[in-house]
Amino acid sequence: MSAISRPHLLVLPGLALLAFIYAWPIVGLLRTAFNEIGPTGAMVEAWSLQTSREVFSDLFTYELTLNSLRLSLSATAIALALAYPVALFLFRTQSRFRGVLAVIAVMPMLVSGVVRVFGWLAILGDRGLINTLAQSLGITGSPVRLVYNWTGVTIGLAESIMPYMILALLAGFGRLDRTLEEAARSLGASPLRAFLRVTLPLSLPAVTLACGLGFVLSMSAYITPRLLGGGKVFVLATEIFEQATTNTNWPTAAVLAIYMLALLGVLAAIAPAAGRRNKA
Amino acid sequence: MSGAGPALSILAGIVYAVILAPIIVVVTLAFSVDNYIVFPPSGFSPRWFAQLASNAPLLAALRLSITIATAVAVLSLAIGVPAALALSKARFRGRETVRAIFLAPLLLPTLITGLALLTFFTPLHLTATIAGLALGHMTITLPFVVRMMTTALATLPPDIEAAAATLGASPWRVIRRVTLPLAAPGLIACTALSFLLSFDETVISLFVAGPRAATLPVEMVRYVESRTDPLIAALSTALIAGSLIVVVLVERLVGFARAVQA
Repeated sequence: MSAISRPHLLVLPGLALLAFIYAWPIVGLLRTAFNEIGPTGAMVEAWSLQTSREVFSDLFTYELTLNSLRLSLSATAIALALAYPVALFLFRTQSRFRGVLAVIAVMPMLVSGVVRVFGWLAILGDRGLINTLAQSLGITGSPVRLVYNWTGVTIGLAESIMPYMILALLAGFGRLDRTLEEAARSLGASPLRAFLRVTLPLSLPAVTLACGLGFVLSMSAYITPRLLGGGKVFVLATEIFEQATTNTNWPTAAVLAIYMLALLGVLAAIAPAAGRRNKA
Repeated sequence: MSGAGPALSILAGIVYAVILAPIIVVVTLAFSVDNYIVFPPSGFSPRWFAQLASNAPLLAALRLSITIATAVAVLSLAIGVPAALALSKARFRGRETVRAIFLAPLLLPTLITGLALLTFFTPLHLTATIAGLALGHMTITLPFVVRMMTTALATLPPDIEAAAATLGASPWRVIRRVTLPLAAPGLIACTALSFLLSFDETVISLFVAGPRAATLPVEMVRYVESRTDPLIAALSTALIAGSLIVVVLVERLVGFARAVQA
C-alpha cells in the first residue's frame, strides 16, 4: 500500500509528546548539572563546574563507584552461571513443553520487582526458608544475616537480570552451527569435551553480549539495592535517588547521573570490541 | 545428537527452582497465620487477605494505579498506533531518524528518566499528580507501542491491502477496514502490555509520586520498608492472579499461542 499522503501528521503527535516528556527533561537534567547549591541549601542557577568539582573531590563518590562495579560484576557472574544452562537447555530441548518452559524462564520479568524482592526477604530473612532449614539441620545455631547486606542485594539482583541474560544467550545460540558439535561427538569427543572445546568457545560472543546487558541493568538497578539493602547498601543508583529526593540536591544528583551514564557508555564501547576479539 | 541430555536437564531444573522460589514463597506466605515473615509459616489462614480488603492506603493506591494504567494504555495506543502506521506503511524522508527517536527513551535507565522528570515536573506542579505520573509512564509505553505495532503492521500480508486499494478503497478506508482489523491481535496484546507496564512501573513513580500521590508499587515499597508482615504477600498473590487473568483473557481473545506458532 503506497498512499498515506501525509505521514508527518501521523508521527507528529508522538514526536511532540516525546519532546515534552523526554527530550526536554533530559536536556534540563544536563543543564541542572551546572547549577549550584547556595548557602541556604536552595538551588542557584549558574553555569559553573562547582558541583562537579565537589562531587569528584569527594572520596565517597569513588567508594560508591567501586561498590556499584563490584555488585554488578558479582551479580552478572552469578546470573551468567545460572542463565547459561537454562538457555542451552531451551535451545536444545525437543520437549513439547518448550514454550511453557521458556515463559517460566523469563517469568521474573513479568512479576513486579517489589513482589520478587519480598519473596527473597522471606527466603533469606532471619526467620526465612534458608535460616529455618539451616537451623533445623543443625548447621548454624543462630540465624545467618543474608538480607539487608551485600549478600542479599547480590542474590536478588542476579535473579532479576537473569531472564534478560537468558533471552540474550538464546538469541546468540540461534546462530550456533549444531553440526560442528555433532562432528566433534562423532569423532569420539565426550559430551563434556565437545561442550568445552566446541560449543562454549563458539557461544562466547553471545556470552559477552549477555554479560554486557546484565552489567548495565545491574549498574542502574535501584529497587533491589534499596529494599534488600535495607539502607545499609550504598551504590550510585541509591545515592542519585537520595540526593534527588531526600536532600533535594538536584545538581549533585544530575552530576552523578551523567557520571553513571558515562561509565555505562565506556562499557558499551568496550563490550562490542571484546565480543569481536572473542569471535576472531 | 538431539535433545538436551540428562546433565543439562538437571542443571536447568535446579535453576528453574531458583527462578520459581520467590514466587512460590510469596504465594505460600500470603496464606500465613503469623504476624511476621516466617517461612515456612506456622499455620495457614486467609487473614491477610481480609486485612488487605480493609487497608485503605493500599486500596487507594490500587485505584490510582488502575486509573493511571488505563489512561496510559489508551493514550499510548492513540498516539503510538498512528505513528506506527506511518513508519510501517508510508515512505517519507527521515523515516529511519523518526523511528530511532521513538525508540530512544528505551535506551536510558528509568532511574535517569525518573530524575529528569522530577526536575522538569516540579516547577510545572506536575509531580504527585495523575497527569504527571501518566506522562512519566508514557516515556516507556509509547516507545514500546510504536516498536511492537511497527513490527506487527509491517508483517501483515500486503496483498489484502493491495486488493482493497485496487478495488477502489481510499487509503484511509483501507486502514480502517483492512489494516486495523487484521492487526487486532497485536492491538489487544499492546493494550494489555501497556497497562501492565504502567501498573508495575516503580522507579519513575518513586521519583514523580511525592508523599501524597502514591501508586500501588510505590505504596508497596514504603510498606515493605516500614513493616514486616505477610500483608504484601497477600497483595502480591492477588496481583499475580490478576496478571494471569489478563494473560489468559488476551490468549482467549486473540489466540496468543496460535499467533506465536504462525
